[in-house]
Amino acid sequence: MITHQFDTIILGAGGAGLMAALYASRSVKVAVISKLYPTRSHTGAALGGIGAALGNEEEDHWEWHAFDTVKGGDYLTDQDAAEILAREAIEAVIELEHMGLPFDRTKDGKIAQRRFGGHTNNVTGKPVRRACHAADRTGHMILQTLYQQCIKNNVTFFDEFHVVDLIMNGDLPAGAVAVCLRDGSLHLFHAKAIVFATGGWGKCWEVTSNAHSMTGDGAAITFRNGIPLEDMEFFQFHPTGLYPTGFLITEGVRGEGGVLINGRGERFMERYAPKVKDLASRDVISRAIAIELREGRGIKGKRYLHLDLTPETVRRYKAEAGENADHYTPHYIETKLAETCDQGRTYAGIDPITEPLPIQPTAHYAMGGIPTNNDAEVIADSTNRVIPGLYAAGECACVSVHGANRLGTNSLVDLIVFGRRAGLRAAEYSRGATFVPLPSDAGRKIESELNRIRTANGSTKPYVLRKKMQSTMQDLVGVFRNGKDMQKALDTMRELRREFATNIGIDDRGSTFNTDVLETWELGCLLELAEVTAFSALNRTESRGAHAREDYEQRDDQNWLKHTMVYREGEEGLRVDYKPVVITQYQPKERVY
Amino acid sequence: MEATIRIRRFNPEKDKKPYWATYTLKDCEPTNRLLELLHRIKWEIDGTLTLRRSCAQGICGSDAMRINGRNRLACKVLLQEFGENPKIQVEPILGLPVIKDLVVDMEPFFAHYRAVMPYLVNETPPPIGPDGKPRERLQSIEARERFDDTTKCILCAACTTSCPSFWANGDYVGPAAIVQAHRFIFDDRDQLLQERLDVLADPDGVWRCRTIYNCTPACPRGIEVTRAIGEVKRAIQAGKRDY
Repeated sequence: MITHQFDTIILGAGGAGLMAALYASRSVKVAVISKLYPTRSHTGAALGGIGAALGNEEEDHWEWHAFDTVKGGDYLTDQDAAEILAREAIEAVIELEHMGLPFDRTKDGKIAQRRFGGHTNNVTGKPVRRACHAADRTGHMILQTLYQQCIKNNVTFFDEFHVVDLIMNGDLPAGAVAVCLRDGSLHLFHAKAIVFATGGWGKCWEVTSNAHSMTGDGAAITFRNGIPLEDMEFFQFHPTGLYPTGFLITEGVRGEGGVLINGRGERFMERYAPKVKDLASRDVISRAIAIELREGRGIKGKRYLHLDLTPETVRRYKAEAGENADHYTPHYIETKLAETCDQGRTYAGIDPITEPLPIQPTAHYAMGGIPTNNDAEVIADSTNRVIPGLYAAGECACVSVHGANRLGTNSLVDLIVFGRRAGLRAAEYSRGATFVPLPSDAGRKIESELNRIRTANGSTKPYVLRKKMQSTMQDLVGVFRNGKDMQKALDTMRELRREFATNIGIDDRGSTFNTDVLETWELGCLLELAEVTAFSALNRTESRGAHAREDYEQRDDQNWLKHTMVYREGEEGLRVDYKPVVITQYQPKERVY
Repeated sequence: MEATIRIRRFNPEKDKKPYWATYTLKDCEPTNRLLELLHRIKWEIDGTLTLRRSCAQGICGSDAMRINGRNRLACKVLLQEFGENPKIQVEPILGLPVIKDLVVDMEPFFAHYRAVMPYLVNETPPPIGPDGKPRERLQSIEARERFDDTTKCILCAACTTSCPSFWANGDYVGPAAIVQAHRFIFDDRDQLLQERLDVLADPDGVWRCRTIYNCTPACPRGIEVTRAIGEVKRAIQAGKRDY
């Protein structure tokens, strides 16, 4: 094994990782370790915008953004974290502009903003223009801009180094282990501070907007090293996945005036969210779509509905609402929703300017993850005990700023705000700390696991397990859930994990770019996270945000206004514990859109 | 339907030289993406088949490959365009060393990218808002529109590795790096114009482009690459962005 030494290492090179790297590298020796080239990270697939109460288009206040975030999270959001998110979003977006991000502009040259689900004027309750955007490729531009700045600042990258384990020495983190894809060599990264920014795990589900690489590596790694996972039952289903692939169609489409239509030609969201209609929170709309489909109001009786953004339809509804829509021309759609047009044409053979797009809910975003405090420090238990030197930010982390359901645009805000906090705090810690010695057997455990996979000659191919996991999670732990189904899902995940441990077989025994081994290892991460998700979901006997139970339909603040913390006990056991929700100024009340 | 996929394969640990392998897949759908079929081969038939991929929806830029002789993203190619009996030939992109199967060494490509200083430089203090805090630099809608096309680049290398000038001389910075430079050259917030133009005026810079036009149709993002290169050439000649 080859050993490297850095003050701070950052695992993952998406928005959170690059932001952390930019800040940490100003004062300490940093390396970014990523299984992908940084620009391949899934931040690049974020589309519609990044929320910040700039007030460039109309009156807005960060306090409104904070409240919307709390309400969107169905009051499971830690309110101090939501306040930080909303307040720092403003300077974060301005900073991105200074870094060169090509935001769209208003007539007077300011950053342009559009409407998005759940973002409201808190006085009128109407949608507010808060999502700062660069066409509908905002995530792509954030990722490119941050990577550009990292190049400018000479940040050290280990590209295509796949992180596979964390090295702990007793209770303290000492480094991480990564495989170099190019030649299969194992590398030990000895560090004072370690930042996990490894993204989500949408690949647990069959229909997902997520990249193949979204396999939850970081969350699985910390969990295997004794760190709990928080609020894993809350996984967001985005209402508008393209049918049948599940690719994301941006909420910006509805922000610009697009509407959802069922098989009877009805704009059904008027029934579910009379005030904001198609701009309600994602969980609300995904449930509405699931109900429409279940009650047989899909298009031509099939399992999809329409998202209509044609000028004709949009203008008609805008006129009904008394809004001017002269600007909403084919050219406007082509420039403001360029990616959407390309997606429709390429993958559905439909030009969204002339025809509605077929859509269905798609597994999209992990609200839960590695528990952290507001400074991105990983916490070890429900007393908020900090693990010195260990940090997490972005989708893999649970601050918890998204609570039971994330608002659109807030993932990008999270990356920038908490990625920066992680980088600053990790650097500060690195400056004052000494290296924790590497244990003599550092990396041996994961080395033997990778060797087991490399030489595995059992009878089950990994893809069979992956398919079974994905279809089970899709059918039994989806938009609507019940106890019986989730128990079945949990049992299935346990069986699949046993099969994974004892009977898999792969083909590639080599060392050069062996993705057969690493994809299989990733599957192990997914299985572990799917198991924890099913376990956490079964345990929470209420409905809240993205966790909608048919057998417990109501939110139950009396018993469940608390975060779930799950720990591994022994090889197969799971233990649950709880952490109170931080409430500052917004008392829980009924959630109406 | 049944699809036949012929893949250029090479494993440096076993093979002296690359060879063609043919795979037949049953039960394919016309809407299947080529990437899905490559996955089926890897997952169901031969796990040693090696390729890069991530998002599978045309935005991460991992899976550029040469598909029936054209550089494209495997995740943006649907089976239906090949008719009733699809026969598809897949090779690694050209002009970069092959590491294994469809995976090439991207380092020379990213070195060219870094050479054009692909980042905004602006040393002027930003405007201050009424609350005393920094605000965004203003930019007109027209000024923003000027470089819109080249902000779409995902660094997939499809353009650069379709360019005969790049094949002939790997020192040429190539279309992708010029597209990236264009994005800053024509951004009126940037203050590194002259330095960037100097880099591109180098013998291995923009003048190696012979306007062969392979790059534009190769771009999976629909960027008018040749046009962008032409604009950079004119900016170099004029010594300014608004030539």
